[in-house]
Amino acid sequence: FPAVLLCPGAGQDVGRSCILVSIAGKNVMLDCGMHMGYNDDRRFPDFSYITQNGRLTDFLDCVIISHFHLDHCGALPYFSEMVGYDGPIYMTHPTKAICPILLEDYRKITVDKKGETNFFTSQMIKDCMKKVVAVHLHQTVQVDEELEIKAYYAGHVLGAAMFQIKVGCESVVYTGDYNMTPDRHLGAAWIDKCRPDLLISESTYATTIRDSKRCRERDFLKKVHETVERGGKVLIPVFALGRAQELCILLETFWERMNLKAPIYFSTGLTEKANHYYKLFITWTNQKIRKTFVQRNMFEFKHIKAFDRAFADNPGPMVVFATPGMLHAGQSLQIFRKWAGNEKNMVIMPGYCVQGTVGHKILSGQRKLEMEGRQILEVKMQVEYMSFSAHADAKGIMQLIRQAEPRNVLLVHGEAKKMEFLKQKIEQEFHVSCFMPANGETTTILTNPCIPVDISLGLLKRETAIGPLPDAKKPKLMHGTLLMKDNSFRLVSPEQALKELGLAEHQLRFTCRVHIQDPRKEHETVLRVYNHLKG
Amino acid sequence: FFQYCLSGHPTLPCNVLKFKSTTIMLDCGLDMTSTLNFLPLPLVQSPRLSKLPGWVLKDGSTFLDKELKECSGHVFVDSVPEFCLPETELLDLSTVDVILISNYHCMMALPYITEYTGFTGTVYATEPTVQIGRLLMEELVNSIERVPKAQSASMWKNKEVQRLLPAPLKDAVEVSMWRKCYTMPEVNAALSKIQLVGYSQKIELFGAVQVTPLSSGYALGSSNWIIQSHYEKVSYVSGSSLLTTHPQPMDQASLKNSDVLILTGLTQIPTANPDGMVGEFCSNLAMTVRNGGNVLVPCYPSGVIYDLLECLYQYIDSAGLSNVPFYFISPVANSSLEFSQIFAEWLCHNKQTKVYLPEPPFPHAELIQTNKLKHYPSIHGDFSNDFKQPCVVFTGHPSLRFGDVVHFMELWGKSSLNTVIFTEPDFSYLDALAPYQPLAMKCVYCPIDTRLNFIQVSKLLKEVQPLHVVCPEQYTQPPPTQSHRTDLMIDCQPPPMSYRRAEVLTLPYKRRYEKIEIMPDLADSLVPLEIKPGISLATVSAVLHTKDNKHVLQLPPKPPQPPASKKRKRVSDDVPECKSLKPLLSGSIPMDQFVQTLEKHGFSDVKVEDTAKGHIVLLQEAETLIQLEEDSTHIICDNDEPLRVKLRDLVLKFLQKF
Repeated sequence: FPAVLLCPGAGQDVGRSCILVSIAGKNVMLDCGMHMGYNDDRRFPDFSYITQNGRLTDFLDCVIISHFHLDHCGALPYFSEMVGYDGPIYMTHPTKAICPILLEDYRKITVDKKGETNFFTSQMIKDCMKKVVAVHLHQTVQVDEELEIKAYYAGHVLGAAMFQIKVGCESVVYTGDYNMTPDRHLGAAWIDKCRPDLLISESTYATTIRDSKRCRERDFLKKVHETVERGGKVLIPVFALGRAQELCILLETFWERMNLKAPIYFSTGLTEKANHYYKLFITWTNQKIRKTFVQRNMFEFKHIKAFDRAFADNPGPMVVFATPGMLHAGQSLQIFRKWAGNEKNMVIMPGYCVQGTVGHKILSGQRKLEMEGRQILEVKMQVEYMSFSAHADAKGIMQLIRQAEPRNVLLVHGEAKKMEFLKQKIEQEFHVSCFMPANGETTTILTNPCIPVDISLGLLKRETAIGPLPDAKKPKLMHGTLLMKDNSFRLVSPEQALKELGLAEHQLRFTCRVHIQDPRKEHETVLRVYNHLKG
Repeated sequence: FFQYCLSGHPTLPCNVLKFKSTTIMLDCGLDMTSTLNFLPLPLVQSPRLSKLPGWVLKDGSTFLDKELKECSGHVFVDSVPEFCLPETELLDLSTVDVILISNYHCMMALPYITEYTGFTGTVYATEPTVQIGRLLMEELVNSIERVPKAQSASMWKNKEVQRLLPAPLKDAVEVSMWRKCYTMPEVNAALSKIQLVGYSQKIELFGAVQVTPLSSGYALGSSNWIIQSHYEKVSYVSGSSLLTTHPQPMDQASLKNSDVLILTGLTQIPTANPDGMVGEFCSNLAMTVRNGGNVLVPCYPSGVIYDLLECLYQYIDSAGLSNVPFYFISPVANSSLEFSQIFAEWLCHNKQTKVYLPEPPFPHAELIQTNKLKHYPSIHGDFSNDFKQPCVVFTGHPSLRFGDVVHFMELWGKSSLNTVIFTEPDFSYLDALAPYQPLAMKCVYCPIDTRLNFIQVSKLLKEVQPLHVVCPEQYTQPPPTQSHRTDLMIDCQPPPMSYRRAEVLTLPYKRRYEKIEIMPDLADSLVPLEIKPGISLATVSAVLHTKDNKHVLQLPPKPPQPPASKKRKRVSDDVPECKSLKPLLSGSIPMDQFVQTLEKHGFSDVKVEDTAKGHIVLLQEAETLIQLEEDSTHIICDNDEPLRVKLRDLVLKFLQKF
């Protein structure tokens, strides 16, 4: 019973996540992401790869989306409405709520602003979401008679979940993106000791062991503060939901404590809505926020105001949160172009940037950027990278493996070199096989499932009853007859098996002639033999 | 399989189930109807209550006049109100492994159980159940603790004395078991033992039993429970509703194929239609306010109040009530309103869709924003400044014995312009009003109980087809006041098994099978044999391992090599004890083939004789006689062991071993 696994999307690359798992005859697609670095066909996973010619609905038993980031769900409407899939799609409630909004936002940027065609429409997003079934944390969802899935808290963004996929006694856990340390607005990922045959883990920060959160926060506040003090402007490119809220809470409390006056703006559009989602799904945030929300809702900000396009040209210091987070389009890129020339200003990249984006270019040290229309943009502003994106680091990944105790580990969503390092570490510490397939590669993992059988209570009780009690740990040999009829297996006592099959027992007896020479009288001899046997 | 019944109240159940090797408590409801025998606790000194005359026995003796007071022909205990606990003596409650809670009304006795019985187990409940349950307990503790009462009456509880009292005190049961309210530290300690669960989450108990909460449609986070092993399934249905109000709809399909279905928490007012009652509520409210009177709604701080506010939200503008203030007064009013908005996942589809927009699921958010609904922790403080009449006040407790409602009863009771509208079904409204008589205020009874009625129950039972139904005795006969209504009882086949307080039931099913796992290497070694078309069998000799109530069969270890050195003495420890195995045999021996086989193995002088029942085979040289019959073989030979073994093996070739 091998569990076969294909990685059409997320192999050794932090581009788009899309993984296909076949487990005991069931096919499940994990995430359906798009690549932010591409603007052509390579943006979406190649779904023809999955079935060759057949219909996706016939081939796939279900699709699972781990969280609302577009590199995990961005291709969903394309997949379900344009390629064609009518089966169930599972995600958590917050993901189901937020995902269509991000998709619509993304569609607007691509179609309305860039004028691209051959893209999904608003209606397609709506139709796609109709196929979504929302799941609770820890709820066991019976997809069909044999296939069941279960969500665990992942802590990466609001509503992010890890999923266990189980068929019979074989199981796979897919982590999606997760975070093992609680932050200012979310809790830490958690899973029970479910001992899956395979754990598919993201490995974005495979080699990083990040310094303490507190240090990073202090660093971040110091940099923002210094820039504002010398009259500079700070640009923080973010995605509307997720890191943005954490950093807002951080700056809000800092501004209050230091009594700072410089304005903080949040680029309009999703902001207010986003904070609303956090308020309504507060049960998904961390313990502290949940406990105090009646008195004070952390997502009602006093110092942070909505941004207007005109503000970018205002003189004097300011801090602006702008979307999107990788500087590849939209408002954050516009502001960046305006402010890049001034060395007093600063851009802080709080998360990972995909190759090909402006964010990635400036982070890798590039200071002269070729923009649209062959224009060269010289970057004089300071560029800072602060890893606030909530992925587990090497320590966290190891911690999760310790929690779940998988028999095999498969790393995805990372860079090959870093994954290799982590793979060795995992194999050394846990003595389990670790795989790291490339895009489009198939990995087969052999599992060794045991066979569940019904045992008659009478036989079980008979077997556990005999044997001396004091030495209960000593293994005992038991005998029974396994009856196999259709697909049912029953272990019963031999007597019962005979009876059920309507067979009679066959008696086998032996009689032996024994010659005894004894000088005594006959009846004395008989008596002696009798007494001997009796004894 | 036993069920211990610790509560006689059908909607506030407390049962203990012994299922396989586990002891599971199902709900721990607190019967608060006992408080109706007590005088109300006024927030501010009430001249009327303090002037009530002491009760005098028929013979003129006055020794009880400090403890008992008389009001309009009823006698009340002048003491801190007390509650009727579940039975604690029927079984040792420290042996309870887990407690399953079905909804926030059914957990009010939890601190008494977890803090006073030596309970060391875990409590399972959903997040809304715990959060709202905490609010209910907080309100209860708060409203009793903030009115300290100097005296604690106990003389009347003496059995000899109680006999002399008028009804209903005379007939009150188990008064010696009545207890005062718990404290906040006890509530916190009890709640800290709860583990949160989600609908359809499978929870393993000791590897032997699996429990699963299912949506029951009655309240936020309310659940029914499935308790099952691989072969037995008990469904516990408690407080369920098929009406569409705010909670997620009831999950009925998962209740199918139960061996036993325990049915509790049906509607307490089977003759009232909740929708009709809501309409009556609104029209009575509007009429009173239009006439310049005030409306008092005694209620719990969560539950039906959300639905009432939603109805009023749609109703007030059309009824011209936009300028009438609505006050919600409870120490937990704000928390309750806030919490109701954050449980999107536990709400009905319509409300969920609103959250996706994102908008608050309940319209009371808008009522608060537009200042139409105001909430206060108590009548003291801000409320006294804002208070405008005529108005509508929602406040607790529905028993009218404690909480801010006592104040409003005293304040508004004298005027016939005012109306008190009873919506909560837990207390008889006449009993609740007794210590306030004589009253001028209008009283309207609109009980809203959305739980299952008997028509819905019989439909449900037809659909899920349990083998046996177990229910409180009250459900097996018509209500005492309507004895002709035979439709107001459970009707199913076989008839339900009923229970009453302090009874032990033996549940009617027998286990026959258990799950066991065969390890893959053992499975590989098995040799299946097709006995009949479609039926194969294999004999299994394996080592049985049992751990955490899970059974596994493994390949027996190879016979031990003789120990290399004498130092490894205990090598035999790993070898299972081998009792001599004598397999059962079956089949019959075909004569001709048997003879051929004998000849092949060197017996040249085989002679066969027919008998009545079979054949006799003679081997002359070996001086051996073999009697073959249909179901037996008898070999008579010399004392020659190699010969015997040889013959045995030849015979066995033709038989099947079991």
